[in-house]
Amino acid sequence: MYVYDEYDQSIVDARVEEFRDQVERRLSGAMTEDQFKPLRLMNGLYLQLHAYMLRVAVPYGTLDSRQMRMLGHIARRYDRGYGHFTTRQNIQYNWIKLADAPDILSELATVQMHAIQTSGNCIRNISSDQFAGAAADEVADPRPWAELIRQWSTFHPEFTYLPRKFKIAVIAAEEDRAAMRLHDIGIQLLERDGVLGAKIFVGGGMGRTPMIAHEVKDFITADHLMSYLEACLRVYNRYGRRDNIYKARIKILLHEIGVEAYREQVEAEFAAIRDLGIDPPVAELARITAMFEGPDFDKDAPDTVDRSDPDYAVWLDQNVAAHKQPGHAIVTISLKPIGGIPGDASADQIELMADLAERYGHDELRVTHAQNIVLPHVRKADLYAIWTALRDAGLAEANLDLISDIIACPGLDYCSLANARSIPLAQKIGERFAGRQRELGELKLKISGCINACGHHHAGHIGILGVDKKGTENYQLLLGGSGAEDVSLGKITGPGFDEDGVVDAIERVTDRYLSLREADERFLDTYRRVGMQPFKEAIYG
Amino acid sequence: MKLLTGNDLATGDVVWWTGREWSRHIEDAVDVGAQGEAILRAEEGARRVNVPYLIDAEATEQGPRPAHIKDRIRALGPTVRPDLTLKPADADAGAWVI
Amino acid sequence: MVDPITANGNAGETLLRFRDDVVHDEPAVTLDAFLGQTNATAVRLEAGDDARALLPHLGQIALVEISFPTFRDGRGYSAARILREAGFEGELRAAGDVLVDQIPHMRRCGFDSFAPEKPVDAATLTKLLALYPQPYQKAADARVPVWKLRHG
Repeated sequence: MYVYDEYDQSIVDARVEEFRDQVERRLSGAMTEDQFKPLRLMNGLYLQLHAYMLRVAVPYGTLDSRQMRMLGHIARRYDRGYGHFTTRQNIQYNWIKLADAPDILSELATVQMHAIQTSGNCIRNISSDQFAGAAADEVADPRPWAELIRQWSTFHPEFTYLPRKFKIAVIAAEEDRAAMRLHDIGIQLLERDGVLGAKIFVGGGMGRTPMIAHEVKDFITADHLMSYLEACLRVYNRYGRRDNIYKARIKILLHEIGVEAYREQVEAEFAAIRDLGIDPPVAELARITAMFEGPDFDKDAPDTVDRSDPDYAVWLDQNVAAHKQPGHAIVTISLKPIGGIPGDASADQIELMADLAERYGHDELRVTHAQNIVLPHVRKADLYAIWTALRDAGLAEANLDLISDIIACPGLDYCSLANARSIPLAQKIGERFAGRQRELGELKLKISGCINACGHHHAGHIGILGVDKKGTENYQLLLGGSGAEDVSLGKITGPGFDEDGVVDAIERVTDRYLSLREADERFLDTYRRVGMQPFKEAIYG
Repeated sequence: MKLLTGNDLATGDVVWWTGREWSRHIEDAVDVGAQGEAILRAEEGARRVNVPYLIDAEATEQGPRPAHIKDRIRALGPTVRPDLTLKPADADAGAWVI
Repeated sequence: MVDPITANGNAGETLLRFRDDVVHDEPAVTLDAFLGQTNATAVRLEAGDDARALLPHLGQIALVEISFPTFRDGRGYSAARILREAGFEGELRAAGDVLVDQIPHMRRCGFDSFAPEKPVDAATLTKLLALYPQPYQKAADARVPVWKLRHG
């Protein structure tokens, strides 16, 4: 993975000093909240219901055990003993004091971590495929490109006050494991005539008006990626709406002027700037790529596993994926225990995962956008030892992509933007369906506590949106969304429900699915085959 | 009744106006009535509290109870982690929120 | 130059200038007015104006003032870079809701003069301008991006 050189380190260190100065000026009253708020957001610091919340960046979801231990340390020392992993592969701490924030950033900087641009109207964390570097189906590891983009976007002076936030995802396989098409810019690496390049998609997003990104550039090579992205961002910075924050994302711009008009403007801008020396030399991408070459795999690692323990076998089948290297596997650690809080991990659990990565995983972990943790490089021979350690720590729920593997935003229990609580609902759903989840098969359920859609409910096979109905919490049910390469946006079923009502409604949906499913159909496939009507009848009678 | 609430600037703690100062405990909150706007402006100026604002609440035996569930969650803490609330040992606290 | 020189604009406003030439003494006209006349040498762009409209006329312009109605409106940063990329060497002034924490980014986008509505603390500005050793990306200033230092 990427290792900072003196330049990277000096930039992060300078940022810590800058923020320390800004916090001092806020606390002394030299700055108003209005002036300070965008600055603190650009360091990932929100003011939430109970306290300040700090969102620490995990660039493209990749970290090592030393960094993971630091995250555990921050949870213990500055927070209340736990952290929350997010749908953008970051981690959030819910109980932060403003006065502590500069020290936290200072400690993070000692392990090459930061909270830069994890909020604010700027370019956010570059996300990627959690199986990068391990999956057999990728054309190349997407993360060197993500790192190149991360550096280009960090403190970019022209794009620090965009109309709204800007999210970029990079993948390198046909299977889309990072919901790339639901990002402001999505990048898919591919090979053409033996040359590695990328397709660029623009204008996807969730939130109030979910939209699927459009292909804007068929093929661009790394030597012009930066100037092309500058052109994309510059057109947005100049012409994105600034009159209405709910219409300020780039997806609205493309929707309003049309993809063709946007593409033309970008090409015109690109032509004007492509020879101005904005692009790093290919040697820079090569330098970064060399750091992602991958660990020294044990070439003699046995390829068989002993399945005699039935609980272990269930976990193997559900949470362990194939690795491109024989004798190895990819482990997904579920942060969705039945009845637990989706995405949360205690400091003890964080430290255990760090230990497992260091001992068995070539010292690498990933955060997934589904709020789980991945050990991308483990030997099959070590899987049993890993599983027993996870089981003893409450981290061995065998539910990857099953109905209890819920993506949920923190909701009204934590978030000042929320209309309804999402976590208690997730807990009830987990408990209701735990016994049946394997029978139901792949079923991606996503809950958002408000229309901002941080729980990605539009992209759920089953999605739930919490709303405020005359002062009480109410939940709308959506069916048929997908964030994968078969991307689609969920449709609302009809009138909403209270908390228990929506759990019952989901049960009627899943019962109807079981009665209608043919062969190996997932819920999503059955829904796409038969449509909304049978489910609507099941729900509402 | 009308309560004045905000977050402490340095710590982020939820605080309630008691008539003389800010308290973390909603039981200490007073009805600011018509004075709310004036106090709000003065406190914003004092910069001890971030973004103070007025909320509706009803007077009950246990003290003021905010009209909206969001403010009740702010007053007590997250419903899903009773151990992290202001009243971890109180079994009825959850019912007060919901 | 590292620290700005304080000067007076011709409307009496306080300017922070990173130039050592004399403050241009003609008032800045609106973009429409500029395009409609042949002899104006100073123009003011509102946040939504298209800086490219000035490109055919850069030779006659001594001062472009770009408005920041609120510091959160970032359009002026693009306008500035577009002008510098096209070779404009005159005074490029950020005017309006310009706060000390934005000035370093504005400098990188090519602004060399500032007319903030509220006074800017000089010590804070000096500190912020000296903070970052070298940037990650190329912009409109002379600073060398990190990738160039790495590879030459």
